[in-house]
Amino acid sequence: MYPSRIDQWVVWGLRFLGVASCALVGLILLFLVADSIPALRTLGDRLIHDDSWHPSEHATDGTFGMLPIVIGSLTVTLGSILIAAPLGLASAIFCHFYAPPMLAGFYRRMVELLAGIPSVVFGFWGLAVLAPMISTLLRPPGHSMLAGILVVALMILPTIALISETALAAVPRSHIAGAAALGMGRWSIIRSIVLPSARAGIFTAMILGIARAVGETMAVVMVCGNIVRVPGSVFDSVRTLTANIALEMGYSVGMHRSALFVSGLLLLFTAIALTTIIGIVEHRSKDREGGAHV
Amino acid sequence: MRSLSLITCSLIAALALALSGCGEEKSGLKTSGDSGSGFSGTLRLAGSSTLAPLAVEIGKRFEKAHPEVRVEVQTGGSSRGIADARKGSVEVGMSSRDMKESEKDGLKQWVVAMDGVCFLVHKSNPVKELTREQLVGIYMGKIKSWSEVGGHDAEIVCINRADGRSELELVTSFFGIKPVDIHADLVAGENQQGIKMVATDKNAITYMSVGASEYEANAGTEIALLPLDGIASSVANVTNGTYPLSRPLLYITVSEPTKMTQAFIDFSQSKDVHDLVEEFSYVPIQN
Repeated sequence: MYPSRIDQWVVWGLRFLGVASCALVGLILLFLVADSIPALRTLGDRLIHDDSWHPSEHATDGTFGMLPIVIGSLTVTLGSILIAAPLGLASAIFCHFYAPPMLAGFYRRMVELLAGIPSVVFGFWGLAVLAPMISTLLRPPGHSMLAGILVVALMILPTIALISETALAAVPRSHIAGAAALGMGRWSIIRSIVLPSARAGIFTAMILGIARAVGETMAVVMVCGNIVRVPGSVFDSVRTLTANIALEMGYSVGMHRSALFVSGLLLLFTAIALTTIIGIVEHRSKDREGGAHV
Repeated sequence: MRSLSLITCSLIAALALALSGCGEEKSGLKTSGDSGSGFSGTLRLAGSSTLAPLAVEIGKRFEKAHPEVRVEVQTGGSSRGIADARKGSVEVGMSSRDMKESEKDGLKQWVVAMDGVCFLVHKSNPVKELTREQLVGIYMGKIKSWSEVGGHDAEIVCINRADGRSELELVTSFFGIKPVDIHADLVAGENQQGIKMVATDKNAITYMSVGASEYEANAGTEIALLPLDGIASSVANVTNGTYPLSRPLLYITVSEPTKMTQAFIDFSQSKDVHDLVEEFSYVPIQN
């Protein structure tokens, strides 16, 4: 058996496609950096120190304080992961260990359906239902950090639930059977056997959830209120980095446009950092497993 | 083996498709014109960033009709548009304000579209009119309750528009305030979002292009267009020039533009681009 001509074609074709997709990411980074440079060079630390965000075409007659926007992104992400992580994990545990098979199957389909709803639909629901509800029940104007956190939490919930469940399913049955044979109850098995061994997978689920929360745009633009200000409470309006780009990119020129590219660059770096963390965690857990088996 | 060659075939087909796509795009630029217009060369535009995005789209459509013509659009502000048109460094200057007396000499202006902005409240809001002072007060954060302007005792939810949008620019220059002076509760991006925000909040107020607002109100959305200085906010009043919060979007040229420039201006004023004008929420001019 020697590799046929066609195999060679396929191999080279796949190599080419592989390199092309890597190059694409590289090119995106390159363009982002190139377009950010005017702002980074001219504005420099004004991007942090300016006391408001009133950008304009020229560096001299605008203010470019981006810090409240970065804080906005961080708080919305943090809030949504705090809500979605326990719910997602609980839903995975329920689905895998407690629910009867029929219910589990149905439940899983529902979660998958939730994952498939386009973000603009979530945003529309938030704008038409959630924000007015917060406005009447709690505090006007309703378009607020709270609305953003709730909508984003709902959006990342399926990501966390589905990936956590895959991690739970990957725990060897022998571990669970062994623990059961020792007379451990279902909850103690989950707590002291399953969760620790599925830790890396669950962690990956959280990070992917965070990544989606950071990158979420349409829904956030529609419900967060978009005022550039460090929020004093969850009822205050916030603007996130993604929302900032979506709101202003179409109308920006000169320095304003370049400052928006800096927003994009920050987002890409966040994504890179999160991917790196996932890589490290997976690597470590593999090392540990390898050690255990030897 | 058979399945492998199937994969190969599809891969090659995909690649071929992608490559042919590229090829077509490139050759598209070089195809010689078959429209018989005979125009060729580059048409340069510079000026108002309000008009520029619309001019880019009009330019694309013009290039399609005249394949040998390239339309290049740059921004830089109305003053630059007028100055560049005079210097001759561009064929067409773009301006979102009328020329000053000192600038008019030897230049000609052509209206491409009208830009009008009106204030919107929820349909159920008892306030049916606001004066200029009241509007400025609301947007500068001095008037906080509807009861101060004759409405219910409820907090005003003041909605601003995103930085860089022409509505913001027009409103601030009309009232003689700066974007920095505005203290709003919320910021809306696209028109649809602003309309939805007002339609779902009984205490909200925002401002928006007259064209988009009138269309939505006629479509039954729960919004009311406030008149300004006693003049109803309507496309008709923008067109006939009586509505105060409006401005023409202009092309500026030397008094005798070339045939190609004239063709571009005529095209920009024709019905062929009315859909583009409306897409940018401006009001098309009526010939």
